[in-house]
Amino acid sequence: MSILGTRVVRTEDPRLLTAGGSYTDDLRLPELDGAVRATFVRSPVAHARITGIDAGAALASPGVVAVLTAADLDDIPPGSDDPTAEPLLATDRVRYVGESVALVLTEHGSQGEDAAELVSVDYEPLPAVVSLDDALAGHTLLFPGTETNVVNSGGDPAPAGAFRGCDVVIERTFPNQRVAPVPLEVRAAAARWAEGRLTVWASTQNAQLARDAVAGAVGLEPGAVRVIAPDVGGGFGAKIAVERDTLVIAWAARRVGRPVRWVETRNENLLCMVHGRAQRHAITIGGTRDGRILAYHLDIVQDCGGYPRFGPFLPTLTKLMASGVYDLPYCGGTFQAVVTNTTPIAAYRGAGRPEATAAIERAVDLFATEIGMDPAEVRRRNVVPPEAFPYTTANGATYDTGEYAAALDKVLAGARYAELRAEQARRREEGGPVQLGIGLASYVEITAGDYSGGETSRVVVDATGAATVYTGSSPHGQGHQTAFAMLVADQLGIPMDQITVIHGDTDQVPHGVGTYGSRSLQLGGSAVHQAALQIKDQARELAAAMIEASETDLELDTTRGIWQVRGDPDTGLSWAAVAGQAGPGGLAAEVDFRPDSPTFPFGAHLAVVEVDTQTGRATHIRHVTVDDAGKILNPVLAEGQRHGGIAQGAAQALLEEVRYDPDGNPLTSTLADYAAITATELPSFELIVMETPTSVNALGVKGIGEAGTIGATPAVHNAVIDAVAHLGVRHIDMPATPQRVWAAINEAKGSV
Amino acid sequence: MVNGAPIAADVEDRTLLAAFLRETAALTATNIGCDTTSCGACTVLLDGESVKSCTVLAAQADGQQVTTLEGLAGPGGELHPVQRAFRAEHGLQCGFCTPGMVLASVSLLQENPHPTEAEVRAGLEGNLCRCTGYHNIVRAVLAAAQEPA
Repeated sequence: MSILGTRVVRTEDPRLLTAGGSYTDDLRLPELDGAVRATFVRSPVAHARITGIDAGAALASPGVVAVLTAADLDDIPPGSDDPTAEPLLATDRVRYVGESVALVLTEHGSQGEDAAELVSVDYEPLPAVVSLDDALAGHTLLFPGTETNVVNSGGDPAPAGAFRGCDVVIERTFPNQRVAPVPLEVRAAAARWAEGRLTVWASTQNAQLARDAVAGAVGLEPGAVRVIAPDVGGGFGAKIAVERDTLVIAWAARRVGRPVRWVETRNENLLCMVHGRAQRHAITIGGTRDGRILAYHLDIVQDCGGYPRFGPFLPTLTKLMASGVYDLPYCGGTFQAVVTNTTPIAAYRGAGRPEATAAIERAVDLFATEIGMDPAEVRRRNVVPPEAFPYTTANGATYDTGEYAAALDKVLAGARYAELRAEQARRREEGGPVQLGIGLASYVEITAGDYSGGETSRVVVDATGAATVYTGSSPHGQGHQTAFAMLVADQLGIPMDQITVIHGDTDQVPHGVGTYGSRSLQLGGSAVHQAALQIKDQARELAAAMIEASETDLELDTTRGIWQVRGDPDTGLSWAAVAGQAGPGGLAAEVDFRPDSPTFPFGAHLAVVEVDTQTGRATHIRHVTVDDAGKILNPVLAEGQRHGGIAQGAAQALLEEVRYDPDGNPLTSTLADYAAITATELPSFELIVMETPTSVNALGVKGIGEAGTIGATPAVHNAVIDAVAHLGVRHIDMPATPQRVWAAINEAKGSV
Repeated sequence: MVNGAPIAADVEDRTLLAAFLRETAALTATNIGCDTTSCGACTVLLDGESVKSCTVLAAQADGQQVTTLEGLAGPGGELHPVQRAFRAEHGLQCGFCTPGMVLASVSLLQENPHPTEAEVRAGLEGNLCRCTGYHNIVRAVLAAAQEPA
C-alpha cells in the first residue's frame, strides 16, 4: 500500500517542539560574531518632501557605528528610470508612514532605538492621498514626472445590451478591505560580506528570488550572493522574495565591512510589511426571477499603496477569476490600480482570487435575496456543469476539472442545511435577540498560476541507501519536509527517516522558485516525484546488471526498499548496494518540472453565525467546507492548510482591517489595535473530503494553501447579513464589526 | 534558575525576561512576536505559571524558576504530554507561536485539568497563531488532557 494519501505526522515537529525553530533572529553562528544591529529611521508622515537629514547627534550617541542614508547609496547600480521606481532608502520624498529613510548601525540593539530617535529629518509636508477617490482624481500626484496616480488599468465597460432580458438588475459598491498578513515571525535578516561574497540570511518564502534581488540591488553577480532562508515563521505571501529593507541590510554589510543583523518590531511590521486586498468593487448582477443569472459586471479599483509592487497585478487575477463557478452569458469588468500614501500592497493568502470570490458570492446572495430564492438553489442553477470541462470563461481562464454542484450539495448535506433553515425560521418567528445566519460561498480558484516558471528538484541516493531531496520549493510552515519525503518513500521504498529534505540555501539549491500561489506540491512535489522515477529507472538498470537478470524481470519491493527478481527475494539488493555501484555520487536525478497549465481547485463553504441584534455582535459558531484540491498527499497537512485559511478568511469577514486617518496616519499599528483573530472567535471546523483529480500533473494534485481563505470570507460575510436579512438589511461592509452590524439593523429600521 | 539550572548575570535595568532568555541564556525557543503583550509567542512558565516574558523584567525573575520550551521535556528527553499531543494532532505549522502556545497550554491544564473546548479557547485567547486556525491546537490541548501527566 502506498504511503500517499495516508495520515503521516510531521517529521519537522520534534525539533520545533523541543528546541524551537531556528528563525533568522535565533541564529547564533560564528559567521555573525561581532555583528552590528540595524535600526531603521522611518517616516512619521504619509507624504512629504525631505529637505535635510542631520545625523550628527545620532553619530555621537553610544555604540553608533554608522548612520546611512540614500546619499550613501553611491556604490550600487543606478535605479530604474521609471518615475514610480522604489528607492532602497527614501531620497527626496516619503510616500507612506513607516517608509525607511535612514539606517542606524550600533553595537547593541537597544542603542539603535535610542540613536534612531536622534536622527533629525526635515519633512516639508505634502497633501496625503489616502482615499481611492482622491487618488483617482489626481489633484496630488505621488510621483513627479507622471500625469496620474493610476499605475495599471484594463478591461471594458459592459456592452450595450449586456443586461437585456434580465428581470432584475442589482448594483452595489463595497470594499474588499485592506488587511495585514501578520506572520508571527516579523521580517528579519542578517548579512555578511567576506572574501568577495555576500551571504544573506532572511525570513523569505523564496531564497533564489531573494538572491537575484540582492544581487541586482547591490550590483553583484548572482553567484557572488548566497541567500539562506532558515526556519520561516509564516509568510502568507508577504515574504515573497525580499524587499527594500532586507536589500539595505545586505548592502550595509558590505558597506561597513561587518556583519549586520536586523529584526523589525511588530509596530514596524504592521507599518512596513506589505498589506493585502485593498480593493473596491462595484458589481452589477442581473438575471431572471426563476433564478438564472444572465450577466455580471465587476469594476475594480485597486489600492497599491505608496509604491507599485505587486499591487498593479492583483486586479488582473481578480478579473481573471471574476465569474467564479458560474456559467454566465455575460461576464466582464474593468480595473484601475492607483497609488496612495499608504503601505504598499502585495500578495496575501489568495492574492486577487479571494477578492474575486468575495465580489461574486456577495452579488449572488444579493440577487437571491432580490428574487426571493434560496441562495443554495440560485447557485445550483448557475454553476458550470461537470460535462462542460475543460471550461473556458469569458475572462480567459480554462478550468481543468470541477464538480461544483456536487461540492455545494456535500456541504449542504454535511451542515444539515434544511435543519439550519428551520432553526433560523424558528428564531425569526420567536423574535428573540440572537438570530441565526447561514452563509454560503461556492468558489473556484487558480493555483500555480505561474506554472511556466516551474520548480526544481534533485534527488540523490547515496551508498548508505539514504536519500537527499534538494528542492527549490522552500516552506514556511507547510510541511514540505514530510510531504516531499513521502513522495520519495512512495516510489523508492526508502524509509522516511532516511530521507533528508534540503531547501532554502542558494548554494545547495541554486535554481528554484519557492513557495507561493499554492504551487509547492503540484510543481515542487511533481519535480520530486519525477526525480524519484528517474532514480528508479537508473537503479533498475544497475540492479539488473548486478543480478544478471533482465530489467523487465526486476521489481522494487517498496515495503522493504529491495530490488529483486520478481518473486525471488533471494536475489535481493538494497538501495545501498545499488547506489554503491553507481559511483561516488550515488544515484542522482535532477528535474525542472514545468506543466502545461495551472490548476483550478474548487469547493463550497457554509458558515453559521449568531448575531445579537441588540449589540450587533456576530459569533461564528459553525463552519463546514468542501475544499477539493485533487488528490490529497497527506490529509494531516491538507487539513492544516484548510484550517489556517478558514481562520484568515473569517478574520477578514468579521474583524480585521488596516485603517488610516484622512492624513494617512495608521490607526492599526500594533496588535493591540489590529484585531488579529484569536481562538475564542472561531469554532472548530467541519471538513468534508472531496478529491477530483486533475490531469495536469501525474500526481493528480492541485494547490490547497489558499482555498480556505478564498471560501471562508464570503461564507462568513454572507452569514452575518443573512442573520439580519429579515430585518431589512441587504448589505454590511466587511469587516462586519458589531458597530457596523448594529448600525445596519438600525438603519433598516429607519431609526438612525 | 532557568530550566533547573542556575544562571546569574548583571543586566541593564530595562532588560526584559524575554531578551534575557534569548541573549544572555542563549535559549532561543522563546520568540518575540510583538511589542504590546498581545501575541503570547514569548510565554514561559514562572514558578510553574504562564507569563508573557516580554512583560516581565529579567530582574523580577530573580530567585524564581523559569521554564522555557527547552526545559519542558523530561530528564531523559521524554516529551511532555502537551508536546506529544501537539505533534499527534498537528497543532503547529511554522512553529513560531508554538513554544508560547505549548507553555500556555501546560499552564492551562495545570489550572484546569479537564477543560471544555470553550475553556481551552478562552484559556489561549492571549496566544496568537496565524497558521493553524487554532483548530488543531485546541484538539491537542483536549487530547493532552486525556493523557496521564
